[in-house]
Amino acid sequence: MSLELLGGRILAPYFGSGIYVWGSIITIFMLSLSFGYLLGGRLSVHNPSSSRFAAIFAIAAALLLPLTAYAESLMEFIFLQVEDPRYGSLLASIVLFGLPTVILGMISPYSVRLLVENVAESGRVAGALYFVSTLGSALGTLMTSFYFVLWFEVNTIIILLISCLALLGGLAFATDKLLNQRVGS
Amino acid sequence: MRLYLLAMLLCCPMAFAAPDNTGVLHEERSLYTRILVHQHNDLRCLKFTLIRSDSNQSCLDLAQPKRLVFTYAKMTLTALLFNPTPERILIVGLGGGTLPMALGELLPNAIIDTVEIDPAVIRVATEYFGYQTNSQNRIFTEDARVFGKRARIRGEQYDLIILDAFNGDYIPEHLMTVEFLSEMRALLTRQGTLVANTFSSSNLYHHESNSYREVFGKFLNYRRRDTGNRVILIPQAQLPEAQRTLPTKRQLTTQAAALQGPLQPYDVAIDKLAREVFATYNAKPDWNLRKKPLSDQYSPANLLRSR
Repeated sequence: MSLELLGGRILAPYFGSGIYVWGSIITIFMLSLSFGYLLGGRLSVHNPSSSRFAAIFAIAAALLLPLTAYAESLMEFIFLQVEDPRYGSLLASIVLFGLPTVILGMISPYSVRLLVENVAESGRVAGALYFVSTLGSALGTLMTSFYFVLWFEVNTIIILLISCLALLGGLAFATDKLLNQRVGS
Repeated sequence: MRLYLLAMLLCCPMAFAAPDNTGVLHEERSLYTRILVHQHNDLRCLKFTLIRSDSNQSCLDLAQPKRLVFTYAKMTLTALLFNPTPERILIVGLGGGTLPMALGELLPNAIIDTVEIDPAVIRVATEYFGYQTNSQNRIFTEDARVFGKRARIRGEQYDLIILDAFNGDYIPEHLMTVEFLSEMRALLTRQGTLVANTFSSSNLYHHESNSYREVFGKFLNYRRRDTGNRVILIPQAQLPEAQRTLPTKRQLTTQAAALQGPLQPYDVAIDKLAREVFATYNAKPDWNLRKKPLSDQYSPANLLRSR
């Protein structure tokens, strides 16, 4: 959600801040998340592990990085090709946020697979995950729109998000290694 | 006769709009704001929200339709002291259409392009405030940022740019940044003037002043006690600061004398305003120079305004 809010900021210099810009951003985030859920679910069927889970975080972080460096030139290119700011902002949203959001969408279903140990508790686990993830979204929205934009530059906030993802990925990876060691010993 | 009346009604709703008991002529929620047209005696005003009582955007005196009701609009016209005959004018933000109409009458040969994002504002300005477009007085219904970038590609240049999109309750944050100001600067002719009607209070004043300073260097900071707005005047804004020459007091007075007649119907005492503008020449910055300029990376204008 934090990224989604920043999306409005990032697109405004090229496509304005009209309602269609928000329409583009929300559409692409929803679409990407939905495919991410599907992909994450599928991936979780084959040898699920915390290491692979960690890889999802790492890939998402890596895909967000170009946003800080190449967003301007990408948007400029699209701006020159597409006259209508509605389709321009839609295309820019796809290019800038599509892929990272797909990967971010994979996290939730994959977490369900890792946390569920038997069918009976699957509903409870999924519920708890939805709770945490939506609460996180709410917090991200609030902090970004109330405070972060006042304290930091857009790129700084994105780097902050990337760092969080990398940290979480690292944590998942370390947990996996530790557990494996214990099982091994 | 009935047909004639019907035609009159369709053609000039302005003449037939009558206020209800509360003085409200029209109320509308658009995509961007809440528009309210109200009338008290002969004074018909446009408001963009109901929250703040003093947020009139534009007023029309029906008894003297040419009279500029707001001080800031008069202050904005001091731009003509630096270049009395701009051929191409860009206005960002329509409001009630006061400025494009006045400039269109004063400079019948000028091309005036006005950019307004909200189609509802254009409709209301046309229906209630007598705003009219023609081949020379044109309106562009789009975001000013998008317009500016496209105009640059088309190679358009303006002798006068008026930024007037910031006096509602909500400020379009992407129109306050150094990047936007640089884009506007690039649209000016070599002798072109940039005028901006902006805020004089809150924390935003410091940040905004420094944004203009970063792009243009020194500027004339024109403030008056009788208005919460301040007007930023930058003659020859396209030139580097060192190459600019401001007119002398005598030149300003001469120019004001020439403008006095044409500006009289608009109730602009240009001789007095010219003296005030001259007084800003040596004014020291009255804001905190250390506050960060607003940029596309950092532009919490609405948050800063409430501080």
